[in-house]
Amino acid sequence: MPVNLFPANKSSRAPLRMLSSEGEPLARRYYSEKTERDLDADEMVRGYEIKKGKYIVVTDDELERMAPEKTRDIDLKRFVPAGSIPPVYFERGYFLTPDKGSEKAYKLLAETMEKGNKAGLATFVMRGKEYLVSIFAEYGILRAETMRFPDELRSPADVGLPKKIKVAPTMVRKFEKLISGKSKKQMSARNLEDEQTERLLKLVKKKSAHRKNVVEVETEKRAEGNVIDIMAVLKKSLAGKG
Amino acid sequence: MVARAIWKGELKLGSTKIPVKLYSGVVDRTVRFHILDDKHLMRVKQHMVSPDSGEEVAKEEIQKGYEIEPGKFVVVTDEELEELEPKPSREIEIAEFVPPEAISQQWYERPYYLGPDGEAKNYFALVDALKKRNREGIAHWVMRNKAYVGALRAEGDYLMLVTLRNAEEVISAKDLPRPAGRTPTQKELNMAKQLVELLEEAEFNAKDYKDEYRKRVMEFIEKKARGKAPRLQAVKSKRKVSALDSVLEKSLRTLRKEKRAA
Repeated sequence: MPVNLFPANKSSRAPLRMLSSEGEPLARRYYSEKTERDLDADEMVRGYEIKKGKYIVVTDDELERMAPEKTRDIDLKRFVPAGSIPPVYFERGYFLTPDKGSEKAYKLLAETMEKGNKAGLATFVMRGKEYLVSIFAEYGILRAETMRFPDELRSPADVGLPKKIKVAPTMVRKFEKLISGKSKKQMSARNLEDEQTERLLKLVKKKSAHRKNVVEVETEKRAEGNVIDIMAVLKKSLAGKG
Repeated sequence: MVARAIWKGELKLGSTKIPVKLYSGVVDRTVRFHILDDKHLMRVKQHMVSPDSGEEVAKEEIQKGYEIEPGKFVVVTDEELEELEPKPSREIEIAEFVPPEAISQQWYERPYYLGPDGEAKNYFALVDALKKRNREGIAHWVMRNKAYVGALRAEGDYLMLVTLRNAEEVISAKDLPRPAGRTPTQKELNMAKQLVELLEEAEFNAKDYKDEYRKRVMEFIEKKARGKAPRLQAVKSKRKVSALDSVLEKSLRTLRKEKRAA
């Protein structure tokens, strides 16, 4: 079932750009320390530092070839109750949208998983990295959450946390009462507000209203590509026009 | 070996303050590559240049700007940015408690352990209470000039704080249209349900999953370092898409056979 992958997370909404003293947006470039010349993409390679200052070059092609054929697809072979995966594993989310010809199978899987409240689990290799993913269905849409492998998580023993000690039941009850008193069915939305960004946007608004520190450059000169509207791309892909 | 705490603070619960230390909950095992220039095989450096002239702009001359419309920026100084930072604090405040299922997997970002700092009775009493009530606390704290929100949970015998993303960082499926295509038939739904049930396990078992590929990459690098890079097979593709019904039926047949054999 061919699917497309789109990020389900965005970075913070107030990215600051680096500008020259005249206000021109700057571009980041890589350069060689030896020749002090900027490098094009095809003049750079990837290297693993095997010992100080000595690198083993590994190409994209080699990385791709190292993945056995069967690991290149998301092979859903296990399902678990959706709530049974501890949150410490989750890393990043991606929406899956059906590719041409797979709409039927996609809808069938999404509906089956959503009704049964199931998560699917799979591993696959993509762009030089193996991913463990869990797949969830919500509102008819499949979403993959990339996960940490168990050896990427520390155990309490790794951290060196002290052994549990026995505590009086009255102490536990004191906290239980406190928890019950502050319990809600849903998390309040204001917990997830980014106040620092809010404050930045307020400052920006104030300054632009006073025409303070506003710099302008011709738009053709812009250094880096336009910001992709991920929502628009997603909607198009779900409508089968991707 | 005992890990170093990255932060120290107090967990505030009503009138009780529990002294805690915060530790990273993850280990980075990514095979780290560096970008090299291909002539000298030396690590590359980065700098900022004017895209027009290609000329380097010195660090002291760079200013930061927020784009209010294409090509128009409001310049913000470092002093102004500093003023926007949250007030430093050593307190972890709990806004409320919610059932674990109230927090979608999409929000969780990075896990940290909390360990008791000194007196540990309140700490372990809270672990037991969270488990008994089956709740996660929504925690707020300030660490390294940044405000964090996280889920305080009992994991085994210990407390963990898993940082949560901000609302602006998460796209919800609720805001997306349903995918195009026809609705599955009842027959298809029944078959798919049976298929999922055959593949279902009672719960998630972490030890079933290993990063085999990471091991392969490291082995390859080591062989290459000894001058004996193994030959790798070219990648061949592509697969064909078969009719859904026949795929479903075939999968069900194979799985049932396997189950019987086991």
